[in-house]
Amino acid sequence: MRIKGRGRIGANVSVPFSFEGRRYCGRAGDTLASAMIANDLHFIGRSFKYHRPRGITALGADEAGALVAIRRFGAFIPNQRPATQELFEGLEARAENAWPALGLDVLAFNDLLSPLMGPGFYYKSFKWPRGAWERVWEPLIRRAAGLGRLPVCPDEAPYDQAFAHCDVLVIGAGPAGLMAALAAGRAGADVILADPDRRLGGRLLFEEEEVGGRAGHEWARAIEAELREMENVRVMARTTITGAYDQGTWSALEKVAHHLPDGAAPLECHWRIVAKRAVLATGAIERPIAFAGNDRPRIMQAGALRGYLNRYGAVAGRRVAIFANNDDAYRTARDLATAGVEVVALIDTRADAAPPPEGGDCRFLAGAVVEAAHGRKGLTGLTIRTASGARERIEADCLGVSGGWNPALHLSCHLGARPRWRADIAAFVPAAGAVPGLEAAGAANGSFSTAACLAEGAVAGQSAAQALGLKASLPEIPAAGDRAGGLKPLWHVPGGGAKAFLDLQNDVTVSDILQAAREGMGESEHMKRYTTFGMGPDQGKNSGVNALAVLAEATGRSIPETGTTTFRPPFDPVSIGTIGGAGRGAGFAPERHTPAHDYALSRGAVMGDAGLWKRALWFPRAGEGNWRQSCDREVAMVRGSVGVFDASPLGKFEVLGADAARFLDFLFATPMRALKVGRMRWGVMLREDGHVMDDGVVARMGRGHFLVMSTTAGAQDLWRHMQFVRQGLRPEWDVEIVDAGEQWAQIVVTGPRARDLVNSLLRRPLAPDQPAHMAWKALTIAGVAARLFRTSFTGEAGYEIAVPARFGAALFALLTERAEAMGGGAFGMEAMNVLRLEKGHLTHAELDGRVTLPDIGLSRLLARKGDFIGKAAARRPGLMGPERAELVGLRPVGAVKQILPGAHLFRPGLLAVAENDEGHVASAAYSPTLGSVIALAFLRGGRARHGEHVRASDHLRHVETLCEICDPVFFDPEGERLHG
Amino acid sequence: MRIRCPLCGERDSREFHVMGAAEWLARPAPDAGLEAWDAYLHLRDNPAGPTRELWFHEAGCGAWLVVARDTVSHAVFEAVVAWEAGA
Repeated sequence: MRIKGRGRIGANVSVPFSFEGRRYCGRAGDTLASAMIANDLHFIGRSFKYHRPRGITALGADEAGALVAIRRFGAFIPNQRPATQELFEGLEARAENAWPALGLDVLAFNDLLSPLMGPGFYYKSFKWPRGAWERVWEPLIRRAAGLGRLPVCPDEAPYDQAFAHCDVLVIGAGPAGLMAALAAGRAGADVILADPDRRLGGRLLFEEEEVGGRAGHEWARAIEAELREMENVRVMARTTITGAYDQGTWSALEKVAHHLPDGAAPLECHWRIVAKRAVLATGAIERPIAFAGNDRPRIMQAGALRGYLNRYGAVAGRRVAIFANNDDAYRTARDLATAGVEVVALIDTRADAAPPPEGGDCRFLAGAVVEAAHGRKGLTGLTIRTASGARERIEADCLGVSGGWNPALHLSCHLGARPRWRADIAAFVPAAGAVPGLEAAGAANGSFSTAACLAEGAVAGQSAAQALGLKASLPEIPAAGDRAGGLKPLWHVPGGGAKAFLDLQNDVTVSDILQAAREGMGESEHMKRYTTFGMGPDQGKNSGVNALAVLAEATGRSIPETGTTTFRPPFDPVSIGTIGGAGRGAGFAPERHTPAHDYALSRGAVMGDAGLWKRALWFPRAGEGNWRQSCDREVAMVRGSVGVFDASPLGKFEVLGADAARFLDFLFATPMRALKVGRMRWGVMLREDGHVMDDGVVARMGRGHFLVMSTTAGAQDLWRHMQFVRQGLRPEWDVEIVDAGEQWAQIVVTGPRARDLVNSLLRRPLAPDQPAHMAWKALTIAGVAARLFRTSFTGEAGYEIAVPARFGAALFALLTERAEAMGGGAFGMEAMNVLRLEKGHLTHAELDGRVTLPDIGLSRLLARKGDFIGKAAARRPGLMGPERAELVGLRPVGAVKQILPGAHLFRPGLLAVAENDEGHVASAAYSPTLGSVIALAFLRGGRARHGEHVRASDHLRHVETLCEICDPVFFDPEGERLHG
Repeated sequence: MRIRCPLCGERDSREFHVMGAAEWLARPAPDAGLEAWDAYLHLRDNPAGPTRELWFHEAGCGAWLVVARDTVSHAVFEAVVAWEAGA
């Protein structure tokens, strides 16, 4: 219900939302949780295992009870916490783990079976009969298990990523964080202040207390205004710092548009923030005291109970009881009483506690405990045990519990540090130096009073600025309350005759933890995995220390000896979509387009990927129903007249300097030093381990000037490699390398009529051997200065025309259209692959990183004089000799006419098993020129076996082909066609 | 992770390509023998602590660097250009 005149949000603006299909109204400034409480929605969902009713327990990310699904971009996103969801108009929420309806749930039956469902029950219970696990039990459990239900459609919400750098990152904008930001900001430091709330103030937004002589939340508003005025301070509201990483790097989740209906703004933004210093001012999290039935809706943190009242004017019951082991909960009693809510009892576990002056006239029970809570879908009453041991029933419909406060220190442990136990406050605090450059202040540091938070925050901000060499003075510290603690630890109340819950999300009870200890899972990390404690969205923030205390008790150790489980990023759940940002669909990876890309598309090209490049695979023409028809036609076109091919993605590296020839001679296994100016040479490069790395064509442009044209896919690796050889191995040589790949468009013209086509663009036609095969010349084509390379990958007479990239599209279009008039046209990668295969030319399908020079028939290079990369290692045993598989050609000779790349080779008559394996098929295609499938393969002793038969066996696709071994050059072995 | 490139200043590790241990700079003589070549190609320490690695500032100046860093603390101590570093 909403208390009239209470709360600090817009009372006049109503915001409609729906839950479980029913419409409700909240107010502007509400969270979904406060709006639910105001609408008397307390039974919000059901739990994971036992399907018990669950309700709201907390104010923020430590919410352990209520999880709902919220509709976003057409899908219900599971496991959202109402407390961290700001209300917006039209918000639709749905309960979780309840079927067919929240009030009538079939699996609530599990609760009755709970004696059978203790920790590890699935390991113990589903062992028989043998084989039933996969067929019966696992499908059954999979259907029942899971927290919420994942949407099965793609995540359509927009996300973004961003980077920021600053001097001081202040994490949390409560009293400590505000003072830290103020001190560092006034000193001139570049400050980022991040807080998950939409407003700054932290706990002050939820309290009735004075700071500096005025209401704490108003003081916070004034400081926020001052900070927002400073140009060197960036306030990041709605932002949770989710992880600490090396070198002062922090990840952050900004909920950019979570508070708005679905729209154009990104829903969330994932930040990487680099900060020289950081202040941990994340406050503290109130912990429970476990007792029988403590999971009922309307049982919540005492601090949350008063927080909902003070900030939102919402309270979860009409007859409220408080159960605590410390002084802080008294404020809850006071605020409720002031607001006119009946407080039926203040149950204090401490025998020596005195009735608080601010508690009003409510009944005060020192040395008493709540032994059990009653009610099914919500609290109806309590059984208490008084100091004298007497049991009594108290009628109450709401209970606030406080077991003390745990510093929210998780970020301080993300680099591997363990927290330090402080017995005086019975809590873990961040260890000093846990994260380099990070200092904890205020409640995050175990200093819980407001006065201490303000003072520690100011000092932390000042020292962070000073550490950066800035002159920083301490800001005036406003007067505030200095009361804190008085805690006497109590972790759980034994007895009560029903389950006492520690983890409300995963249904882990006190007795589960005791059982884990009995069964040998006494280490905290073992206990966690055995019981699933702390594995829900709250990650044990709420009751983690309680669970450790119960485990410590059961194993006869102290809490610090038991130790915490490991805190890892993220502090708060981050969706995968947010981490991915805009990197999906077309934004997943950059695309590289050749200058003629759009023209190729306009001619209907079907595009494929070659690394990041988009390359035309084939150019379909009218009447062609599939790629093979287009490919066969393009192959015939090149062999019969002329084809035009966009080779622009090739690597093009200019190598310059007095030692350029020497450098290439060292880089390539193929000798390059003697290459004459104006000539070109195909060569291979080895890795230092003696295997073939890549191939390429080198053209000598001048005395100290070469051009290396490399494979598209290998260009990036080659660039790194060449630079490594130059900078790391031969720094004394006079060599410069320039990556000119994107400066030049390069178009292949090939076929018996290639020269005619090129000549049609020239004022003075070329003679047949001008330039000769594997030579180049500079000339002017259609008025543009160009390089004309005479080379061929197809086996036909071939030219490659290189022009500055800006002329690439025009040249490709011109050549394509003229070729078409001659009965030719553009061709794509598929046809090129068939053409090169017919000629036995190699690609990365053959040069796959495992191949040596002898394998491809180039042993003679190993005898070359002088050193080159890979030479020494290439002569190792195992890289040459009879056991090596050698390059051969294959053609089918039996009934099966198909050969599949990846098939393995066996002698006919021998079993197709590993020990008989003699090699593999590297690539295969149908050759329209030869009317047969042809393949390149590596076969043991293959060069001496031409004419013999071998079996190509593909075990995956179940294709067996009897093949004849032949020379890898299938077409025009003498190379007569090259000369046109 | 960020590396202070001696030519460009402190840059994000995503601008760099890592190759491996700085020993790649100590290429043996061609006739050093199989054992020396085997060591150069294959044998690497796997230190828990300070190590020296080759990083290429690919999306920056294009310099190969020798980066001294700690595999345990992840601290990056120093980066020098490969041609001045030696193995």
